[in-house]
Amino acid sequence: MAYTDKVIDHYENPRNVGTFGTQKEIKERSDVGVGLVGAPECGDVMQLQIKVDDAGKIEDAKFKCFGCGSAIASSSLATEWLKGKSLDEGLEIKNTQIVEELSLPPVKIHCSVLAEDAIRAAIKDYKTKNGIESEAAHAH
Amino acid sequence: MSVDLPIYLDNAATTRTDPRVVEAMLPYFTEIYGNPGSRNHGFGWVAEDGIDTARQQVADLIGADRKEIIFTSGSTESNNLAIKGAASMYAKGPAGSTGRGHIITALHEHKATLDPCKRLQKEGFDVTYLEPGRDGLITAEMVKGAMREDTILVTIMWANNELGTINEIPEIGKLCKEHGAIFHTDATQWVGKMPTNVNTDNIDLLSLSGHKMYGPKGVGALYVRRRRPRVRLTAIQEGGGQERGFRSGTLNVSGIVGLGKACELCAAEMDSEQERLLKLRQKIEQRITSELDTVQVNGHADKRLPHLTNISFGFVEGESMMMAIKEIAVSSGSACTSASLEPSYVLKALGVGDDLAHSSLRISMGRYTTEAEVDYAIDKIIESVKKLRELSPLYDMHNEGIDITKIEWQAH
Repeated sequence: MAYTDKVIDHYENPRNVGTFGTQKEIKERSDVGVGLVGAPECGDVMQLQIKVDDAGKIEDAKFKCFGCGSAIASSSLATEWLKGKSLDEGLEIKNTQIVEELSLPPVKIHCSVLAEDAIRAAIKDYKTKNGIESEAAHAH
Repeated sequence: MSVDLPIYLDNAATTRTDPRVVEAMLPYFTEIYGNPGSRNHGFGWVAEDGIDTARQQVADLIGADRKEIIFTSGSTESNNLAIKGAASMYAKGPAGSTGRGHIITALHEHKATLDPCKRLQKEGFDVTYLEPGRDGLITAEMVKGAMREDTILVTIMWANNELGTINEIPEIGKLCKEHGAIFHTDATQWVGKMPTNVNTDNIDLLSLSGHKMYGPKGVGALYVRRRRPRVRLTAIQEGGGQERGFRSGTLNVSGIVGLGKACELCAAEMDSEQERLLKLRQKIEQRITSELDTVQVNGHADKRLPHLTNISFGFVEGESMMMAIKEIAVSSGSACTSASLEPSYVLKALGVGDDLAHSSLRISMGRYTTEAEVDYAIDKIIESVKKLRELSPLYDMHNEGIDITKIEWQAH
């Protein structure tokens, strides 16, 4: 399969790899939201973490990904885009933008969908932890 | 020592044609181009001489008589002819009826065996698909347990193409003889690498392929026993009556000559190659299992082909693994690259967990594999697994003592 240079670049030099603590620590931190999406049996698991400052801006984002090159690139790109955004702005990131930026082929579109899901899940987790009214659960 | 990249470690998929084979074939394109079926002139006679020599070379490699060798286009055709041809010949009832006879095969056979069996099921035959144990082996005991009064055919591969596990072929053959069932083995991965004798190994029908043993692609053979019992088959491809009517069509003379030469070379080099490749395989397995945690060598510990290993790496996804080791040509146990997200059905049949089955490599060495290449590949694989585990949320969870099978994942 031919990957685009952008996918290869993210795969070889993934941005913002890591976590803000162990699973247990993360659960207790109210300034961090986690999105864990996908399933091992499907060959894709994405973990996206956002760290939100007092002003409600995403000051940092980190990811880990078990998945193909496109999944790694999609989550790496998502962390880049999230940094400096407000929660509402973060929710505006759409999978189609990821597809476009990375020129993902049709068989890899699910990777971008997963990245969007991870973003939404992380923001939702942060809001839940902080008692912020969340948007109505969206169907997909 | 330096190595040239890329490195080819996918010899179970196909092999490089040996230059000595190519040399033997060349005259049969432009000089000896007659049709061996032309019995009335010299062009045909010399072509037939080439075929006769090749037939003997193939027969010698498997301890058969040359009259028992039917040339085909490869193992897929050989399997189809053997399985459908025998089922049709030994059927207990006419086409269109049910209960036409019972066939035994295994869940993790090659598709070129499974699909003909599925076809026969639709045509009124009963098929039992044996489930292998966790070691991937099919034993004579398993076949015995499935044997019925109306069993007409047993088809079990000699060595599995994904795992290299070696089934109990001579014992299964003996059992079939006692029950009066025809025994076919797909020996594509076995012949040329391991000693074969159709008589002492109790085989009635055997498929082999040229390109898995340094011969050309598009040519293979089916061994069809002529004595005790004389095995009969219904032809699939009909026409000019070549190959004693078993397989009509003008013979692929240059290909067949190449197959013959490949068999001769394999016979001559078998012992030393077996020993050399086994050492390399042991080195791969020893280093990978000692330098990485949560890895698993699939298949039986000892009963395995010397040149092939299948290793699963926990918490690493197959396609990203292939991307990380892109200058090393191996086969991925995961079929993710083909857009279907299904892990290998062979590994599934063994009960290898989905997470492990998603990241399995089949490494298969061959005549041209050097120790320096193997060393390079091992280093690269270990480095890549470590890198991908740095990225893997599953590996973190594993290290934090979280059982990932207990998490409620949202499959998408």
